[in-house]
Parts: sequence; C-alpha cells; structure tokens
Amino acid sequence: MASIEMKNIVKQYGDGFPAVNDVSLDIADGEFMILVGPSGCGKSTLLRMIVGLEDITSGDMVIGGKRVNDLAPRDRNLSMVFQNYALYPHMTVFENIAFPLRLAKMPDDEVRRRVTEASDVLELKEHLERKPANLSGGQRQRVAMGRAIVRQAEAFLFDEPLSNLDAKLRGQMRTEISRLQRRLGITTVYVTHDQTEAMTLGDRVCVLRKGKIQQVASPRELYEQPVNLFVAGFIGSPPMNFLPATPEGDRLKTPFGDIVLDEKRAAAVAGHELLLVGIRPEYFEDASLVDEAKRPVGSTFRARVDVTEWLGDSQYAYIPYDAPDSIKAQLRDLSKELDSEELRTQAIVSIDATSRIREGRDAEFWLDSRKVHVFDPESGDNLTRDAEAGAELTRLATEDRLEHAQEAQGRDSDARGGATAVSVG
Amino acid sequence: MTGRKKAIWIVGGVLIVFYCLFPIAWIVSLSFKSPSDLNNGSFLPSALSWENYELILTGGASGLFLPALRNSFGICLIATAISCLLAMFAAYAIARLDFPGKKLILSTALVVAIFPIISIVTPLFNLWRNIGLYDTWPGLIIPYLSLTLPISIWTMSAFFREIPWEMEQAAQVDGATSWQAFRRVIVPLAAPGVFTTAIIAFFIAWNDFLYGISLTSTSAARPVPAALGLFSGESQFVEPTGSIAAAAVIVTIPVVVLVLLFQRRIVAGLTNGAVKG
Repeated sequence: MASIEMKNIVKQYGDGFPAVNDVSLDIADGEFMILVGPSGCGKSTLLRMIVGLEDITSGDMVIGGKRVNDLAPRDRNLSMVFQNYALYPHMTVFENIAFPLRLAKMPDDEVRRRVTEASDVLELKEHLERKPANLSGGQRQRVAMGRAIVRQAEAFLFDEPLSNLDAKLRGQMRTEISRLQRRLGITTVYVTHDQTEAMTLGDRVCVLRKGKIQQVASPRELYEQPVNLFVAGFIGSPPMNFLPATPEGDRLKTPFGDIVLDEKRAAAVAGHELLLVGIRPEYFEDASLVDEAKRPVGSTFRARVDVTEWLGDSQYAYIPYDAPDSIKAQLRDLSKELDSEELRTQAIVSIDATSRIREGRDAEFWLDSRKVHVFDPESGDNLTRDAEAGAELTRLATEDRLEHAQEAQGRDSDARGGATAVSVG
Repeated sequence: MTGRKKAIWIVGGVLIVFYCLFPIAWIVSLSFKSPSDLNNGSFLPSALSWENYELILTGGASGLFLPALRNSFGICLIATAISCLLAMFAAYAIARLDFPGKKLILSTALVVAIFPIISIVTPLFNLWRNIGLYDTWPGLIIPYLSLTLPISIWTMSAFFREIPWEMEQAAQVDGATSWQAFRRVIVPLAAPGVFTTAIIAFFIAWNDFLYGISLTSTSAARPVPAALGLFSGESQFVEPTGSIAAAAVIVTIPVVVLVLLFQRRIVAGLTNGAVKG
C-alpha cells in the first residue's frame, strides 16, 4: 500500500495537444480517489500514466515515495481493472486470477491458497474451472477484480469498470467495490464519467475538465461548495439550474422573482452587472406545501409549468424561462461540455411527490435562497463559495474514512481469528 | 422456401459439385487403369489395377517420385515454418506499433504477391547457379518464402488486429515483460490465425511448379509437381498418363487431409482476412 503523488503532470500528444495539463494531486495511503469528468477530459490518460501504460511528458509521478516515471508497468506493482475487463479468454477463471502470481513465479500451493481466498471474497468459487466466455457480465467483472486483489499491489486502479454492466448490476457492483476497498484499505484510483459512482464511492473526487483539475474535494464539498460553473453543473442529478440575474443592492433580480442575499454574499457579488444564480432542483418546493416557519428564508414566485414527471418518491417540474442571448449561448456551451444537449433554457424543479401542481398551469413555487450560489458568467467562478465551510466538509470526510478504515481492519482481524471468512456480496 | 425452389437449389448444388469434382474423379479413375486399359473408352477402368501405384512407389518411377515427395514435404514444411515465424513478428509489429513506412511494407508485400513469377525466374536461375544455390533445398525455400510471406503477413496482421490491446496491457500491469505478454497471451489468442496462415502457406508452396522445374535439375531438390512433368512411360511408346495420375492422387492426399481436419479454421481465417485485411 502506498500513497500516490502527482506533481505538475503533463501529457502532450504528438500533435502538441495537451491531454493532461499540469495536474498536481496527492492521493493518501488507503484513500479512494475518483477521477471524474466528461469524455475527453483526460481522466483515463491520467490513470494510464499512473499505471505506466502511457508516457509522462513532464512532471513527477511518485508512488510510495519512489519516482516511477521511467518504470515499466510491471515494476510499479499496481493492479488495474480495465473497462472491458481484459480477461484472458484462453485461460480458466482460476488461471486468469492466478496469472500475476504465475508471472511472479510463486509456488503452486501458495498460488492455490491465494486464488481460493480471492475467489471466496468475490464468490467465484463454483466458476473457477470455467472460461471467461461462459460467464455473465457481472461474473467477468468479478474475475477482473479477483486478478487485481490476488497479489499485494500498492494500489488499485479502475478504468470505468462498471460502464459495461446494466443499471441494476452496476448498483450492486458499486457497493461491492466500496465494501472491498474499505475492507482491504488499499489506495484506489477510480475513473468514471458517472457521477453517481463518483459521489457514492469516493473519499475525495477530482473533477477534470480539458486536462485540468477543477476541484478536488469530498463529494459533499463538491455538491455544496463548487468552485465554478463547470463543477456545479457537473455534480448533481438532475443538474443545477442556472438563472440569469442582475444584482440590485442585496437583491438579485431573476426570471423567478427577487432573491434576497445575506450581507456577505451581497458584498461578494457587488460590482457585477450580469450574473448566473445556481439553484439546485431540491431548493425549490411547491409553495402550498412549505412550512410557515420556513417560508421567510426563501422567496415565492409564480411560473408556468411546462412538464411534470412523477416518479413515486419524488416529482420534477420543468419551468421554461427567458434569458439574454449571451447567457443562452453560454449555457448551451456548458451543457455541451457536460455531454448533455440542453435545447431550451428551463429550470428543473424538484417538488414533493404529493404536490398537485399540473402541467400547463401557473403555479406558485417557493425557493430556498440560503443555499444558492452566484457565478460570474465571464470566468465561471463561484463568487459566493465558502471555502472554509467546504474545507470543513472534506476534513470531516477524511476523519470518517480513517475511523472507518480502522474499524474495518479491526473487524477483519477479529474475523480471521474466528476463522470465518468475511463475505462480500 | 417452397418445395420447387428447394429442388432447384439442390439440383444446382449437385451440378456445381459434380462440375468441380469430376476432374478429380477422372484422375482417380485414370490412376487405377493399367497402361493398356487407358484408352478403353469408358470412364471406369475395366479392371482395378494397382500397376501405376506400384510403378511410382516401388517400380521404375520410384527413383524419380519418392525423392521428389521427400523434397516437397521437407521444403514446404521448412518454408511454411520460417514464413509463419517471420510473418508472426512482422504482423505483430504492423498490428501494434505505429512506425513510418507501415503502409509501404503492407503494399510492398501485396506487390510481391501479385508479381508474376515467370518474370523473375530466369534471373533467379542465373543468380542461383552463380552462388551455388541451384538445385538445393535452400534454393527453393527462399523463393517459396517470397510466395508465402506476403499472404502470411496479411492474414496474420488481420488476426492480431482483432486481439484487443487491453489484453497485452493487462498482462504488462500483471507483471509480464513484453515478451512474456506476447508469448503467454497474444500467441495463444492468435493460434487459430497462425494455424490458418500455416495451412495456406503450405498449400502455396506445395502447389508451386514454376520454381520447382526451373531451379532444380536432379532429385537432390526437385519437388513433386516438377517431377510429375518429367515422368516417362516404361518405354518411349507408352504414355505415362497412368503413373502421373497415380502421383497426382498421392500428392492430393495430404492436402485433402489437412483441409478436412482444419476446414472450419480455414474458412474463418479466409473470411477474416478478406473482410479485415
């Protein structure tokens, strides 16, 4: 087990295009780090540079205190799970898992012991003699993980390991990976474009955009204190709504009425003419269902509902609004960059499932103005970010992780003492 | 499909099979006719005779045929082995690495493959005589490589290209050197391709006549197709038709056996090369 440090890592391709541009990132020993971003942001390239399948143009890659820039993949002692699993089709499951051990010239009985142990953890025992072609997607995925955990690697690297599975299986495997990592306590770097995976698995998440790091923080901090428009728009589903706004004193004039800001935030946004207000869908509510006590902290407005989606446990309403052309163009660019295709400017609003708001009618909404963020449309910066609050969230998450890891390891050694295998499944 | 349509298909199929197999049946039938029976005017021999086989295997023509058979097997197997080995490395490089001149190598290989043999056989004959390769095994193996290598490289690179890059990268991450990854992961996966290529290369070398007749003069290196052309009858008044037919049947047997054993793989390999090459 080891920490991974990246210092000013640059990857330039032959045509001079920087796929990864000046990335510095410290991954602590035992930490679960997620690299996330839209396609083409350089996250996979970065991962492949860690494992050594891609040359590093400049910068330092330090694993466990040792600079590994010039080491071949086999000398870095990392294990990796590929997107298509890359199982060896001509070998049985047993031999697939045993392959790294065979290459290390480990004696036969030791190989058998280790493979059996790994296959117990992953519940692959009855499939050991089968060929990968005869396995289901989820089983193949587990074999790939078995090959990764069978040897004592310094770190695990995952390259979008769940993207080939169907939605239900993906959910199961996600929790399985999380449990496995907690149990083994091994440094893990996980590349994904799926923000659910990013939010649920990561101790910290690194958001990349065009080869540059935007923000590295705990999922909570990313969600509550994003540094810029890009991170705010990328994290959260349905995504954050961005409304054009003009400041007037301590108020912001938006298509959905005025929003009152507190002193600190009002000061932060002063001096700008045109702003973007970022409001998450769940900060809205059907005005008729809001507690009288809560009402004063927000504002109410009337708007025409275009479409509603009732999902049983929740309900979304789509409210179109008008925006100046410059803002429209920018929002379109942003949505394109985030791999989505937003055709119209509309707010997605989460309302209570019991709400009787209907499509095509005017309705009264309430919006919680305490948590809105204000962005500078030019630079995309978050003007109202509370860095201290954000850092505190990440600090808490780190504390949680360390505590959790200690507990898990304690439990594990207890279990081993009692000679009962901890089942992950 | 209606009954009538089906009937048309079956009749058509039978016709085509008959058209293709008739010459072979004829050769087989000829090989069982004794010299005096050759012109009996009927398709089947009047009496089954092993005379021709005796002649080429133990009789007067055996001095010509048996060494030729040995030469053919030896030369073709060696040429096939060398060509497969070289093609494997070349195809791997072409499929995996990006280097300048890759297109050039592939198109050169194609040009070599379609170049008419007859135009180089005369200069080769002179050159071989001068450097002492004339009428030797290497003197045939080398030209056979020029026949078999291009097609081997093309088919094999198609096979290698189908093996995902990740296989090899996974092996490297698992701790393998490039050579170990090649030998333990890539080669086993490419085995069907290597097989197909080997069979095709063997046929090409086995069937060659022009090099065989031009670059040899004695039974030291003369292959079967060339030897067949030199058969003579028992006396100058007897036509060697029967013994040639018998020899043709014998040299066809290994080819038929190979094809029957590996026909699935050959079909897969040929279509593979056709579509992806």
